[in-house]
Amino acid sequence: MVIKRSIPEIIFDSCNVLFLIFCSFLFLYPMWYVLVSSFSDAHAIAAGEISFWPKGFNVGAYKLVFEDQRIWTAYGNTFIYVIAGTFINLVLTTLGAYPLSRRNLEGRSLIMAFIVFTMFFSGGLIPAYLNVRELGLYDTRWALLLPGAVSAFNLIVMRTFFQSIPDSLIESAKIDGAHDFRILLRIVLPLSMPVLAVMTLFYAVGHWNSWFSAMIYLQDRNLFPLQLILREILIQSSAQNMLAGVTQDEVFRISESIKFATIIIATVPILLIYPFLQKYFVKGVMIGALKE
Amino acid sequence: MAVPLNAAKANSRKLRTKRSSVSLKPIMSNRYLYLMLLPTVLYFLIFEYKPMYGAIIAFKDFNPFAGVAGSPWVGFKNFEKFFESYYFFRLLKNTFLMSFYSLLFIFPASLAFALLLNELRLKKLKSFLQTVSYLPHFISLIVICGMIIDFTKPGGIINSLLLGIGIISEPIQFLILPEWFRTIYVGSGMWQSLGWNSIIYLAALSGINPSLYEAAVVDGAGRWKQLTHITLPGILPTVLILLILNVGTLLNVGWDKIILLYNPGTYVTADVISTFVYRRGVMEADYSFSAAVGLFNSAINFALLVLANRISRKTTENSLW
Repeated sequence: MVIKRSIPEIIFDSCNVLFLIFCSFLFLYPMWYVLVSSFSDAHAIAAGEISFWPKGFNVGAYKLVFEDQRIWTAYGNTFIYVIAGTFINLVLTTLGAYPLSRRNLEGRSLIMAFIVFTMFFSGGLIPAYLNVRELGLYDTRWALLLPGAVSAFNLIVMRTFFQSIPDSLIESAKIDGAHDFRILLRIVLPLSMPVLAVMTLFYAVGHWNSWFSAMIYLQDRNLFPLQLILREILIQSSAQNMLAGVTQDEVFRISESIKFATIIIATVPILLIYPFLQKYFVKGVMIGALKE
Repeated sequence: MAVPLNAAKANSRKLRTKRSSVSLKPIMSNRYLYLMLLPTVLYFLIFEYKPMYGAIIAFKDFNPFAGVAGSPWVGFKNFEKFFESYYFFRLLKNTFLMSFYSLLFIFPASLAFALLLNELRLKKLKSFLQTVSYLPHFISLIVICGMIIDFTKPGGIINSLLLGIGIISEPIQFLILPEWFRTIYVGSGMWQSLGWNSIIYLAALSGINPSLYEAAVVDGAGRWKQLTHITLPGILPTVLILLILNVGTLLNVGWDKIILLYNPGTYVTADVISTFVYRRGVMEADYSFSAAVGLFNSAINFALLVLANRISRKTTENSLW
């Protein structure tokens, strides 16, 4: 459909395009700057000479980061938390969402209210912290896996999706003699791949980026996830620890580029999978757009 | 298809007797479904409701050895201590201002961004822009804060830029000066969440019936008229629901970003209720007192949410429940 545009409309459209392109520059530039700096010479960074292209190209910072044992241990731990954590999340969320999506389940609105209430009220940080200690999860990997194992919001998203599966399909499977577990595994879940993808993404990104519970629940450095090590390097500026036996001047010189290199190493996996999953999570937010 | 009247009556009677005589049947026939629900319900009991019960330590003098039940009651002592303390107004003010400014700037900006994207006619550019705008949402907070620290330091790009175009004559130590904290918090929050927040508006926008626009064009409505008469009314319910949710969390500024960025020098403007609870509770093990502060926060939030919901339901018929 071609509509003739008036002059003011053409002006508006062009300004809009320009403005939005400027916005996308603002969104991208910080990441680009970090990437470019990570490949640059530390002197150039310190002198503020980096703007758009790397200066004095070198990969020395990456070499140092990859040689650091802390990073590897933490990387491994993060993978454990992401995989085990997301698995627990998915199982519990599905097991909660499916029964609650069946309209003939007695008392489902009561159970739903019981779950939704937790989105609006909580006991607070301290009781949750003491709870983890009392359960004996303190300083174990379970402290990062069990609290937060179900998100009420995600459960609602999933339930809404399950509700869109025709009842007749489930009824006919029942008449054929399938019990509920079998129906869930063989009929409902295969039809629910889009929402499972969304949930996987949401939960996995959450685990990948999480640090606060690790900070308050973990003492043992061997259990630390990557983000906690990143915090030491980026926020508490202890990049210098990586550089035993280097002169003070050299330390300052390199620690700057180490920061940028660690940012890149810790962010790349997320940014790599992100474009492939984008269409799914947009769908997920839309399903979850506050439906009953 | 017409059903004979007495047949329908007989049918409904049959249904009624069935229901009243075996009321356990629907539960028994769904026993596997209840079994399935069990782990999730247990999770909520253990990790959500047990801490709610544990919050009664706010009214007790909690002793870890005696446990929640065994510790002696002290009534409202911990609350009084908090209300009388020097921190009370500072924390309340900082918490409120931080989320109020976020609401004031980020909420309308996300809406405006979605509307501008919606007006974009170049499909390719639109999807590129969306992809780019969600990106910051997926970057970890630690990395974002690391970037903020680096960008705002005296030799960082923000200072270089401001010096370069001559707005300032000397570098500003943004993170050391309390007066800059809220700007940094809200500004970076906008970068992080603008695109992500706009998804829900874009979803609402795509749900508007296109024939409304076609009819409007036929009637001679320009872009502006279409916006005010079709687009805005079309997404109003979504906007209101989000506004309710935001108001309901007005006193719920998270500890995450603040803990990573503040320092004792900026506590004056940066310290909020949740960061205070974290310091006093987790770091100094002052459990009962900080639990009281946390509970105060939760209760106010809940009250705000109920209030906002009620006002919205009365005035616009849009509500969460």
